Amino acid sequence: MRLSMDLELQDVPGQLLLALQPLKDSKANIISVVHHRDRKTPRGLIPVRFVVEMDRSKLETVKKQLQDSGISVVRAGEDRFIEAISVVLVGHILDSDLGDTIKRIDSTGFAEVMDLSLTMPGVDEPSSAYLKIRATGKAEIQKALTILREVGEEKKLLVIEPIEAEAV
Amino acid sequence: MRDVRVSLVGYGIVGHGVVEVLNRKKKVLREMGLDLKLVSVTDHTGTVFSEEGINAEKILGERTLQNVATSSMKGKEAIIAIDSDLVVEVTPTNIVHGQPGLGHMEAALSSGKHVVTSNKGPLVVAYSNLRKLAEDNGVMLKFEATVGGVMPLISLVERTLVGNTIYGIRGIFNGTCNYILTRMAEEGIPYTHALSEAQDLGIAEADPSYDVEGVDTAGKVVILANSLFDMNVKYSDMNVTGITGVTSEALALAKKRGYVIKLIGDVPALTVRPTLVPIGSPIAVAGTLNSAAIYTDISGTITVTGLGAGSIETASAILSDIISIYRTKRIDAIF
Repeated sequence: MRLSMDLELQDVPGQLLLALQPLKDSKANIISVVHHRDRKTPRGLIPVRFVVEMDRSKLETVKKQLQDSGISVVRAGEDRFIEAISVVLVGHILDSDLGDTIKRIDSTGFAEVMDLSLTMPGVDEPSSAYLKIRATGKAEIQKALTILREVGEEKKLLVIEPIEAEAV
Repeated sequence: MRDVRVSLVGYGIVGHGVVEVLNRKKKVLREMGLDLKLVSVTDHTGTVFSEEGINAEKILGERTLQNVATSSMKGKEAIIAIDSDLVVEVTPTNIVHGQPGLGHMEAALSSGKHVVTSNKGPLVVAYSNLRKLAEDNGVMLKFEATVGGVMPLISLVERTLVGNTIYGIRGIFNGTCNYILTRMAEEGIPYTHALSEAQDLGIAEADPSYDVEGVDTAGKVVILANSLFDMNVKYSDMNVTGITGVTSEALALAKKRGYVIKLIGDVPALTVRPTLVPIGSPIAVAGTLNSAAIYTDISGTITVTGLGAGSIETASAILSDIISIYRTKRIDAIF
């Protein structure tokens, strides 16, 4: 089974090797390792994402071994939401029921709002929000965007979507 | 030497640029084998005409032709009456009815004159009719300057990328909006402040709605859709959102996540809307620059950028169009 793991490593030599050992012990086949040196956490740790092919029953053992070596395991498990997209909303976001806006995405079962930042400059002024939506695939991302566009129209919100990298 | 008699219709900012550029490039053009003679300039006050070619120095200092006109002929009348091979049409644009430019272009094409223009209105309103009129009369209609100013886009697709299938074009086609969004992002100032700054600098008009509501960008998307994608669309087919609703807070939130917000026009989606563009993307240009990403089947994605407006810059696109008319027949045709 393909699983993904988000770890945070200290910025000192040998940490990656330390993280690999438990995977080797559990005969995990590494599919990819992405080392986000440019996205250091406030505590100065470096996020690393592993995608591995391994027996799910060994996951807890691996997690424990990693934690015993002083590596923090942020998340480990099945990689259900593999696509993510950023969207910015402008308008009366709270007054138009932000909870409902999020629920409309979350209730689909294939997409969810995983990150939200809101800026409210003044009572009568439009607020702005950043949303990160993740979904089970590219098509599902598009479906979530369609829902958000409809919600935007209904609630008079400006929906600012990311440019697509490729022509459709 | 090929002698070409040019009539200029419209003597505003772009018109002045055309007179200056034709004058400045006379020698280079002669060396190329092209003797361009500006025989007439017409604006709403009258016409200056000279069989030998107008002396640019004599008229460049004049804001209008009121004090230097040699004839009271205007518009279509002047276009039909004056013996010329090519008409440069640069009157103010109107995206609703296309006039007066549309009438000027119809008159010129019907009387067998090539037309080179920076005027979007007539092309947005009546592209296919104008195209047909040009074909029926065996002349050419060239309009590189209508989209992205000096940034080569139409000729790039039609000539350099010939043989490619073009999947789409996305880009920033309005320098005023781009300036405002850039300043809002850089300084964290609200829309209204950035707009007044742009107005003070002469980048935005006193009535900025045409630019900031996305109308100008949408007109350009219509021209691209009709000319490069054979889509036969009208302005009313466009889905347009301008930049007036974009807040500096939205720009700040976007920036934190690695994005800028740009007003992006999209063909063939026929949309104009504020869009998140990754910082560092080649189309995420700043200030008054324009940019366009062209998505092709065999050349991948090609991005161009350049000044979207300006007197001399727009005139340079007009000059390239003029030259291309006379080169086309000799070099580019397949026999």
